[in-house]
Formats: sequence, C-alpha cells, structure tokens
Amino acid sequence: MKGNSWRTIDIVIASIIAVAFGVIFWAWNTVWSVTSGAFAFFPPAQTLLYGVWLLPAVLSALIIRKPGASIYTETVAALISALLGDQWGAMVIPQGLVQGLGAELAFAALRYRSYRLPTALLAGALTGLSAAVFDFFAWNSEYALWDYRVPYAAITVVSATVVAGLGAWALVRALAPTGVLDRFEAGRERALI
Amino acid sequence: MTPVPPLARRNPVAKLGAALLFALPLIATVDPLTPALALAVELTVIPFSGVRPSLLARRAWPLLIAAAGVLISMLLFAADRGGDLLATAGPFDVTTGVLSGAAGLTLRIFAVALPGILVLATTDPTDLADALVQNARLPERFAIGALAAFRLLPLLGQEWQTLSLARRARGLAPGPRLFLTTAFALLVGALRRGVRLAVAMDARGFDAGTPRTHARLQRFTTADGALLIAAVLLSAGILTTTALLGLFRPITG
Amino acid sequence: MSDVAIRGFGWRHAGRRAWAVRGLDLHVRHGERVLLLGPSGAGKSTLLAALAGLLPEDSGESEGTVEIDGLDARKARDRVGVVFQDPQTQLIMERSGDDVAFGLENRGVPGGDIWPRVSDALDRVGFPYPINRSTTALSGGEAQRLALAGVLATRPGLLLLDEPTANLDPAGAELVREAVGRACGPETTLILVEHRVAESLPLVDRVVVLEPGGGVRADGAPELVFAAYGDRLAEEGVWVPGFTAITPLRSTPSPVRSPLLTAEQTAYTHRLPPVSLSCGAGEVLAVTGPNGAGKSTLALLLGGLLAPTSGRITVGDEKRPPHRWRASTLAGRIGSVFQNPEHQFVTGRVADELALGPRRLGRSTAEVTRIVDGLLDRLRLAPLAGANPYTLSGGEARRLSVATALATAPRLLVLDEPTFGQDRRTWRELVALLAELRDEGHGIVAVTHDTAFSRTLADRTLALGEPSPDPLPRRRRR
Repeated sequence: MKGNSWRTIDIVIASIIAVAFGVIFWAWNTVWSVTSGAFAFFPPAQTLLYGVWLLPAVLSALIIRKPGASIYTETVAALISALLGDQWGAMVIPQGLVQGLGAELAFAALRYRSYRLPTALLAGALTGLSAAVFDFFAWNSEYALWDYRVPYAAITVVSATVVAGLGAWALVRALAPTGVLDRFEAGRERALI
Repeated sequence: MTPVPPLARRNPVAKLGAALLFALPLIATVDPLTPALALAVELTVIPFSGVRPSLLARRAWPLLIAAAGVLISMLLFAADRGGDLLATAGPFDVTTGVLSGAAGLTLRIFAVALPGILVLATTDPTDLADALVQNARLPERFAIGALAAFRLLPLLGQEWQTLSLARRARGLAPGPRLFLTTAFALLVGALRRGVRLAVAMDARGFDAGTPRTHARLQRFTTADGALLIAAVLLSAGILTTTALLGLFRPITG
Repeated sequence: MSDVAIRGFGWRHAGRRAWAVRGLDLHVRHGERVLLLGPSGAGKSTLLAALAGLLPEDSGESEGTVEIDGLDARKARDRVGVVFQDPQTQLIMERSGDDVAFGLENRGVPGGDIWPRVSDALDRVGFPYPINRSTTALSGGEAQRLALAGVLATRPGLLLLDEPTANLDPAGAELVREAVGRACGPETTLILVEHRVAESLPLVDRVVVLEPGGGVRADGAPELVFAAYGDRLAEEGVWVPGFTAITPLRSTPSPVRSPLLTAEQTAYTHRLPPVSLSCGAGEVLAVTGPNGAGKSTLALLLGGLLAPTSGRITVGDEKRPPHRWRASTLAGRIGSVFQNPEHQFVTGRVADELALGPRRLGRSTAEVTRIVDGLLDRLRLAPLAGANPYTLSGGEARRLSVATALATAPRLLVLDEPTFGQDRRTWRELVALLAELRDEGHGIVAVTHDTAFSRTLADRTLALGEPSPDPLPRRRRR
C-alpha cells in the first residue's frame, strides 16, 4: 500500500480491534475466574494472562501496517477499559500508551517494512518488556526482587512474545482466509479465486 | 432538573486531565502516608462528583479484588520482612514490616484508581471524544473512528453470548477450545462490521477532506483550567508533606 | 436531482479472476425511480458502490466511466446518499440526533444550521423518539429509518438504497418503505436494489435487470419487464410478483404422533411469557409473532441452550430437561440452526465443519467420511468442501448451517428464521429439504416471520402474542 496516511478503514479496524479485545478480555476474566485460585500460590504466574492484554498492539500493526497502529490501538483499548470501569482507574491510559510504544518501536526499527513472524515476535517481546518495566517500578517496587519482581518481569516478556507476538501472527494467518482482511495487504497474500 | 454537581459539569478533558495529574505523581512513592492523604482529598471530593454511592460501589468493587490480591502476594513476596514477628503462616513470616508495606500498597491502589473512576463514571464517551477534538486538539478522524467502534461494544457483548450458545448447540463443551473458537468468531464478526462501518462512514463524507464542523460544542472555561491547576497543586502538596515528614520512599528503591 | 450516466463500466475486485460487473451501459434521468434487479452475483451492489463513489482504487480494477451530473462518481459524493442493508453497521454515533448530524458535520455545514436540518430529516422519516435516543436501543426498522434520515439531511440528488429492508421483519420493512415513499420528493433520483419485488413496486417507475457476467438484460416499465422476463427471473431467485405461487408440502396426516418434545408453561424472564407446545415426529410446527414476542428466546429454550425461568421442557422419555444435558448429548438429539449461520461456524473448512459433530460423538473415520460426503452432496456443497465457511454466500452459508445440525442426526430440529434474507431459489431448496426431513420422521420447529414458509410447510402454527413492555426501561443519564 502506498503512503502512510490512514484510510477510514484503517482507523475503524484499529479501533474495532481494541473494542473486540475489550470484550474478549472481559470474557477471559469470567472464564478464568474459576481457576484463578491456582495462581494464588505463585502470583507472578498471573502475568501469563498478560499476553492477551498486549495482543491488540501487535495484531493491529500486522493488519494495518502503518506507523502509529500499535500505540493507537493499545491506548484506545486502555481508554475503553477505563470507561467501562476497571481496577486501575485512569492509570491504564498511560500504561496502555507505554505498552503500545513497545510494539511500535519494533515495527519502527524495521522502518515499517517487515511484518513477518520474526518482526511479530520482536514486537511481542518489546511490548512485554515495556509493560514489565512499567510494572517493575510503578506497581511492584515493594516486592522481593528475586522472588517476585524479576520472575514477574521475565514471565511478562515470555508471555507477550508467545501470546502477543506469535499469537497475533497466527491470528492474521487465520483471519486472512475468512475474507475480512481483503481490503488490507495482509489479507491479499492468498491465491486468486 | 436537578442541579449538576460541580465536578460532573466540568469539561471531560479537564476532568480526565485532572485525574491523571493528581494520581500519576502519587505512584512515585510507596509509603502509606501519601495515599492516605490522597484518599482523604478524594473522599472529600466525592459529594461534588455527582457519582452516587451505588454507582461508585459498582465501579469500585474490582478494587477490592485487586487489594485482596496485593495483600496475598505481599504476605508471600514482600521485600521488607523486618519488624516484629506477628504470626507464621507456613513458611511465611508475617511481620509489622510486611503489614505496613501491604497497607501502603492497598491504600495506594485505591488512591491511584479512585480519581479516574470518579471522573469517568460521569463522562459520556461522545462528550469525551468531542472535547478531545475541540479542546485537546487530538486528530478528529481518530477520535470519531474510536467513538464509532465503541458504539459496537454492547453489540459485541451480546454477540459473545449468542456465539457461546451456538457452540453448545454444535456439541462443544466448555473449555479452552470453546473459548478460542468463540473469541475468533467474535473477532471475525467484529472486523466484518468494522469494514462495513468504514464504508458507511465514507459514504456519508467522512473522508471528504473538507474541514468538519461541530454540531456539539465543548467549552474549556476558566473553571476547567482551575481544576487542572488544583489537581497539580494538591498532588504536589501531598508529596511535599510526605517528604518533609521524611517518609517519602521512591519506587526506584 | 441528478442525472446518472454509466458507460462501459466494469469492476474486478482485487484477488478475483472474474469481473463483478462488465460492459454496462445505463442512463438514469433526473427524478427517475429505478428498481435494479438481477440474480445473486450479477453485480448490483458493486454498481451501487460505484455510483456512491465507494469503490476504492486500491481494491480493484475498473473500466469505463460512471458519471453523476457529468462528474466522476468519486468527485460527486456530496450529491449522493446511500442506505445499506445492515442497520447495525451504518449508524455511527451513540445518540440518534448526533448520528443524523454526522453527515452534515463531514460536509462542513455551519454549526447553527445543523440542528434544524436534523429535526427536519427526522420528521420526514417519521422517527418516533427524541433526538437523544440511544441508537443501540432502536429496533432494526427504526435504525433503518434513522439511517435514511441521516442521508436525507444532506439533501442528496441521487438516493441509493441497497436492500434496505432485507434484514427487517415485515412490519419494520413496511415502515421503512413508507418513509422512503414519503421522504423522496420528485426532485430525487432513486435507485433501489431489492429481492422482494412486489413490495417495492409502488416506489419505482422503471425496472432494470442486470445480466450476470455483464450488461443489461431488460429495461423498462415494470409490467413489460415482468411479462417478458418474470419466469426466468423467478427461476434465478428473484421474488417476482405473480411468480411466487407455491405448492403446499404438507405431511400426510397421521392420527397419533408421539411427541418428541413438550413444553409446559415455559417462560424466560420478561422476554418470553409462559408458552405450552409440543412437536411430534414427522411434524413441522411454525412459531410466528411480532418482533419482541420472544420467538428467538423460545428457539433457544427448545434447543436446550437456555434454562427456562419457569415451566419445563421434556424431550421423549428423558428425565432431565435438555438445558442440563452435556453439549455432545444435546447435539445428537436436538439440532439448532441459528438465524445468522456464521454464529455456528467453528472451523476453517466446510468439510471440517460437517465432520466436527460426528467426530465428537465418537463415530469412526469411515463413518465420518460417509456422513460428510452424503451431506455435501445432498446440500450441493461438494464443490465448496475446501472453502472457508466465512467466505460462503448467504444461501451457501444457510445450507451449511442446516447441514452441520443434520450431521449428528438429531430427531428434532429447531430453526430460527431459516428463510431470512434468502433469495427465492435458496428458499425453495430449503423448504423442499425440510419437507424431506419431516417425511423421514424428523420433528421440526421453525420460528419465522415468513408467512409463505408457514403456509407451505407448517402442519401447525403457534402465534406468540404482542410483546410485553420491558419492565426495566433503560434511562440514559441527563
């Protein structure tokens, strides 16, 4: 696609991804609330779920392929969860901004030209890293360094790389055959029919 | 008409800005006094916020869960295990140090989240988007695009329920596979709606490139500016008090 | 008032080998009202998108010219208004008045002029609510009238309607057609795409039939076009007046039918007041009623997908009510077909979709293959075995959703609006298939607005009452 300016469809689809993940995350909470007792003995493991939060940042960039997609989508997702009411109030907005910035850096480093698997993994890792750094200072400074803060950060990065990076890439591969991405380059990489 | 409470009347950007300007600096420290002082300010503001207690309770209950989570994980993983030994739970010692740390963090969760909850509970998404465009000068196409997508949220919530029932009809029992196929179907449906929505928006001239006019006006008044300044001053005052009393404990350790 | 000139127009979507439209010449004069017809796939919607200037240059290849008042359609966008099929995806704002104002804001109409034009447009379509009514609280027919108001507010010279009533119940559709008739003065050129011809005829004075593959097959006054081409159009799936005669496909009456399913005083919150019914083997029961009477809720209850809040549902001699069954047991005994086929798709291939149910019931590989192949043949899906279910056309998706319910061989089928939005060809196939299944001894409960369907197929009809008012009306703040 020529140019970096956003079409209406780019803006709407990025926003829709943010909204849909708002719903998915809400459902995710209800599905796993039953099993959350399992996490009580090692709370850092809860960050395994973190990857889902970070998925929209990578997914949106893989579909839209324009500068700003990660930051915009993750910030809108955060704003939506704040509007619906969540446990962090308005603080998720700067948090979403930071998380989106992580993924954005990966795509920017490759000059918005590569949207293959390694790029997606890098974006996942970087958004995980930005989330982990934010939490390391903002929320976790009172915890034991080696028993909690470091494992928490490490699991966040791993989870983000797998769920947000690999997950977003696999999701685009699964979405393309359904035809919903036909107006994006990501959806056109299939055979003529 | 009942009078609109002073805080609810303010410009949405001013409200959101004030909540962030007040709450963000509080993150810098983990002592218990800072959030206690902030909470005192916030509780004083509640009557002027226009948020009824029932609404506040509905919006704030996730905080209790978060607080409980912090309590448990602090008992297990607190960095500061000094002070007097109060009790022993298995391999974990509960000390005064652990408890004061936990109390500080729990108060902090409430103090940091409450301002956002108070202002967002009285903010209409359309008004917020209008104010972000007209007063904060954010790009209009993005603000309106996000707003249009946000309108689909209740629809997608219903869709999730329909999809879950349809999966039961297909013979899929609850489990990870059910969750994944439901989430995927929701995403496909949402994206398809998004494509159609974008076409409908362009059909009505959204991409015409002529400067948009505004049917609804959002004004940023002196009172809105005063609200922002008050938020900064209050936050600075609280942190100064803590620092003067020698209790400031920066998050960088 | 606008003049439309189409010369040698063609369009091919990116990624497709075949042209959606090709070699089309058409002239529509000021103030004419045209009904555009053609079998599915003749490119009606593509043509409308071209007229609206909505075919993005980066998503396909075009030929020829499409001009409105001598301007390229992409440059004449502010003279054109479109109403699409789906009410949910053409409303943009949360409050009704804001939505009508949206198009005016985009065109730079001064702020002070906007609200008078909004209320004028809402009056013209007979919108029954105040301007701050939430758009998510509207019924389909109300939403379509609001969408029409949003278009009329910008005072288009050319009004394009792309199946605006296809997703509506008969009463809502009638109100939308009335609004179109009332709101379009002689100064508006109108081009309408509709499958249901009889209802739309009062709105138009000219009919144009597109030929699949390119060109115009027929063009002229409605009577003349239907006299010459009616039978062929009906054959191709268009609902042509006078060609919709249907022979009833009743079952041979058998005196005693053992009921497969019985519902006694079954209710669900305020959405469905208590209902009693039964359905026997070899019987078709149609459930009718106005929007909001709880028809879809009843279908979910009978399908064992929701638990009734009072009353009970019994299936055969099973002691436990169906909503307590395991999902796999349920799929083997009651087949539910949802209104939107896509809600039921869970795999990426048509064949896998059919194999899923039998596999979960533990059938052997050979048996699964036999079931899948049998259903693919029976429902004319064999050429699509490898296709992604989401890429199917409306008729194909409907056939697949019925096939998935049949794959686990349930005795009882519960269908929610099975003929909704289908063209006449799919309709006939579906009715014939259901008659066959009934004669094989299946019990069939169909919730439907479609009177032709119940007249043709139903052995009995149960009419649900007027909707009960919502006991908890949702009030918006302010």
